[in-house]
Amino acid sequence: MKLDGKIPAGDLSEKWTKYRGTMNLVAPNNKRRIDVIVVGSGLAGASAAATLGELGYNVKCFTFHDSPRRAHSIAAQGGINAAKNYQNDGDSVFRLFYDTIKGGDYRSREANVHRLAEASRNIIDQAVAQGVPFAREYGGLLANRSFGGVQVSRTFYARGQTGQQLLIGAYQSLSRQISLGNVEMYNRHEMLDVVVVDGKARGIITRNLVTGEIERHAAHAVVLGTGGYGNVFYLSTNAMNSNVTAAWRATKRGALMANPCFTQIHPTCIPVSGEYQSKLTLMSESLRNDGRVWVPAKKEDVLAIREGRLKPTEIAEEDRDYYLERRYPAFGNLVPRDVASRAAKVACDEGHGVNATGLAVYLDFDDAIMRYGKSEAHSKGLYNASAADIRALGEQVVEAKYGNLFEMYEKITGENPYKTPMMIFPAVHYTMGGLWVDYNLETNIPGLFAVGEANFSDHGANRLGASALMQGLADGYFVLPYTIGQFLSGEIRTPKIDDQLPEFEAAEKAVKERLAQFMNIKGKQSVESFHRRLGKIMWEYCGMSRSAEGLNKARKMIQDLRAEFYADAFVPGDLNEYNPELEKAARVADFLELGELMVVDALDRNESCGGHFREEYQTPEGEALRNDKDYTYVSAWEWTDTSTDPVLHKEELKFENVELKTRSYK
Amino acid sequence: MKLNLKVWRQKGAETGGKFETYTVEANEHMSFLEMLDVLNEQLIAEQKEPVSFEHDCREGICGTCSMVINGHPHGPMKGTTTCQLHMRHFNDGETITIEPFRANAFPVIKDLVVDRSAFDRIIQAGGYISVNTGQAQDGNSIPIEKELASEAFDAATCIGCGACVAACPNASAMLFTSAKISHLNMLPQGEVEAAQRVLNMVDQMDAEGFGACSNVTACEAECPKDISVKNIARVNREYFAATLASERVSKK
Ligand SMILES: Cc1cc2nc3c(=O)[nH]c(=O)nc-3n(C[C@H](O)[C@H](O)[C@H](O)COP(=O)(O)OP(=O)(O)OC[C@H]3O[C@@H](n4cnc5c(N)ncnc54)[C@H](O)[C@@H]3O)c2cc1C
Ligand code: SF4
Ligand code: FES
Repeated sequence: MKLDGKIPAGDLSEKWTKYRGTMNLVAPNNKRRIDVIVVGSGLAGASAAATLGELGYNVKCFTFHDSPRRAHSIAAQGGINAAKNYQNDGDSVFRLFYDTIKGGDYRSREANVHRLAEASRNIIDQAVAQGVPFAREYGGLLANRSFGGVQVSRTFYARGQTGQQLLIGAYQSLSRQISLGNVEMYNRHEMLDVVVVDGKARGIITRNLVTGEIERHAAHAVVLGTGGYGNVFYLSTNAMNSNVTAAWRATKRGALMANPCFTQIHPTCIPVSGEYQSKLTLMSESLRNDGRVWVPAKKEDVLAIREGRLKPTEIAEEDRDYYLERRYPAFGNLVPRDVASRAAKVACDEGHGVNATGLAVYLDFDDAIMRYGKSEAHSKGLYNASAADIRALGEQVVEAKYGNLFEMYEKITGENPYKTPMMIFPAVHYTMGGLWVDYNLETNIPGLFAVGEANFSDHGANRLGASALMQGLADGYFVLPYTIGQFLSGEIRTPKIDDQLPEFEAAEKAVKERLAQFMNIKGKQSVESFHRRLGKIMWEYCGMSRSAEGLNKARKMIQDLRAEFYADAFVPGDLNEYNPELEKAARVADFLELGELMVVDALDRNESCGGHFREEYQTPEGEALRNDKDYTYVSAWEWTDTSTDPVLHKEELKFENVELKTRSYK
Repeated sequence: MKLNLKVWRQKGAETGGKFETYTVEANEHMSFLEMLDVLNEQLIAEQKEPVSFEHDCREGICGTCSMVINGHPHGPMKGTTTCQLHMRHFNDGETITIEPFRANAFPVIKDLVVDRSAFDRIIQAGGYISVNTGQAQDGNSIPIEKELASEAFDAATCIGCGACVAACPNASAMLFTSAKISHLNMLPQGEVEAAQRVLNMVDQMDAEGFGACSNVTACEAECPKDISVKNIARVNREYFAATLASERVSKK
């Protein structure tokens, strides 16, 4: 298969504008006769569905949630990037483009990333117009902060609830289109298959999660905005129900899965506390603006801490190792996520971890509290303020910036982070990999599009903070609504797609049989227990660091686990009722296949880049060693039949505007 | 810690339900939902049907979790959703009663799962600003006073969980509806449609079968996001003004 990224010709900075200006359009009267299915109502899906509705298409939008507003996007905390240069600190579209390419360790497409940087500016305008209450300065203008991997302040935020506010904005726009009759909303409907007719995506099969009914939905095109697959690791910061099924079902129908092993491990999460744990909680990256990461330098202090004989606040400054500041003086605590996570792992592997399990480091706000306190005291004219007063003032400033995060931390751990440093550890957070799409966001199956975290497009091997919200909304508001016209302009003579076609019949039958199969295993072990075991394998062998030996072992373990699942899982309840265990079974079954593909992909990539760290490929200082000569490609995997080996298709990446350099944050 | 759970079990909307009693072994580091996970694992091991309950983010932001614990929606802790509630706030040997949110407008789907789609329809009635993609002006062309933005934000933090309805003896949705209206009506962007918005959304709320607000303020006490009843007062004023000021009536 020859993969064509369909990147338009011309200068990088003009590609998108020129392309948009010459694209095929669908006339308003024709739009009304064209049906589009959007699966997903997160930032990407909701923004796409709303915009397509505004344009006049007949849209059907699906979510397995009980309301579009509950999509996992709601949980995003820290912010959204945009090259507005409101801070006058030298930001520009090119700089955002460059930071993203570099941050992604040169494994993404230049043209896509540049378009993303261009669209970023419109997103902020759109969100403000919708009433998204971004943080503001005293003058009433929009405020910004910094995120990891960059040296400008371009992150817009809404307290620690940026995703919530942006999603509510998109949800409100979607609700407006629903009330106008342009979008028909299907809540509590899970897509379980894509229907391909004559090589084109023409519909989906869904299960009504309340009644269990299997339904057919036909359309001229299908858009998947179904999110990422971080939950293949069981423990992650993703919402509990996030899953890969939609994308995986597309893969089974021939869509290619790109760079599946590129997963992001976020450095600042609340550490695991026990076996029963169901998910991990992120502490936003924005905290690294003011928090300093450290571990005790002396082993005896580590031991004393673990045994509760010593408090972190009692450790003298010179006995602390601020290892990020030490190893990466230029970026310090604001190095990109992959770098920060690995550094935490190294500190813990060397025996400096500070909780009972030895898997935690400190994130300390003491300096920031005192610094802010001093400047507050000064601005209030309190030149003789006591240390306690300064601390109190500083705590107020920190509370205004991060109050809800500190509160969340205290709720979970029972500790007060104003008084004692937070304990953090890396956790799975985001998946850069996803369905392969071309410049039009179209998969290799014509008429099947993927937006948001579900596609692989813009973040290469590592995503920069505050860029997922940007990408989801760029895709949904400003890219897909245009590019889908390239396909749909060829469909204006296609009559309504008939859901009685044999392809629909067959797909429906296959879905029903698959669900019945899960019910009929009638084994002994819960679906959850299989998921947990898969997660352990993935974390151990395909997590923060990987090796050929471990990956080979993991592949076999996953295959065995999958066989055991089909022999011994137990799914209670009935097919035709509200049955969360059945939903879980279908999702875990897909994770059990995806996991294997991730391992295969990680094995293929004999280099370290971004979030993919192969132990065999590192510098003497332990930094990632990329191999641009052999691996400057996107791995797009074809795998419709799990009894055979996955087939690799390569899309070579061309860098015409940036020079490939060793990523250095030193 | 050992706990006795009295859990509401109900097969479907049409059938009645009843309490079942279970014992479960938990520890104080678990979240309340993780404790229920343990119960469900236990039930599955006995080849019994687990308790259906809704949850997703498990960090207090999606508004999916919904249950009444010992008589309180989201349990006894102030400003805390069920998923953020930890077992260290319960005692060994305690009996905990767990029920679904109860309101006519929130029919039970199964066990602790209820249908809150009425909230979506209230938003569809006018909980938006009519701006299409691409129509926006530069974000900084509308300066908004920091205090005002912050107040609008406070209203916008509502997670749409429905605890306010479950807490209210009249099952009124006024706290939710007023928070949604206030968020938009306070901002300059939302001003143009403010009067129509308040009429449409309040009327839709009534049409969904939520009860009338009689200022009990139990909603504010139980709201996990501390949404203030000031929003209700504001919306009452605006509703009154909107009906008086013009011949305008709800579009519904
Ligand atoms: C805790 C946390 C904090 C984050 N903070 C930030 C941040 O500060 N800045 C940033 O830029 N990014 C952040 N991210 C990443 C970002 O939130 C996500 O990448 C992004 O929101 C994904 O949006 P999406 O629309 O692609 O998918 P989602 O929001 O996951 O939406 C997926 C949608 O698809 C639906 N769906 C999925 N499968 C099916 C199916 N089979 N059938 C029917 N419907 C289906 C779901 O119901 C849902 O509506 C954060 C992520 C996490 C986990
Ligand atoms: S007002 Fe409070 S209780 Fe009511 S839906 Fe919103 S967050 Fe929940
Ligand atoms: S599960 Fe999301 S708020 Fe409780």
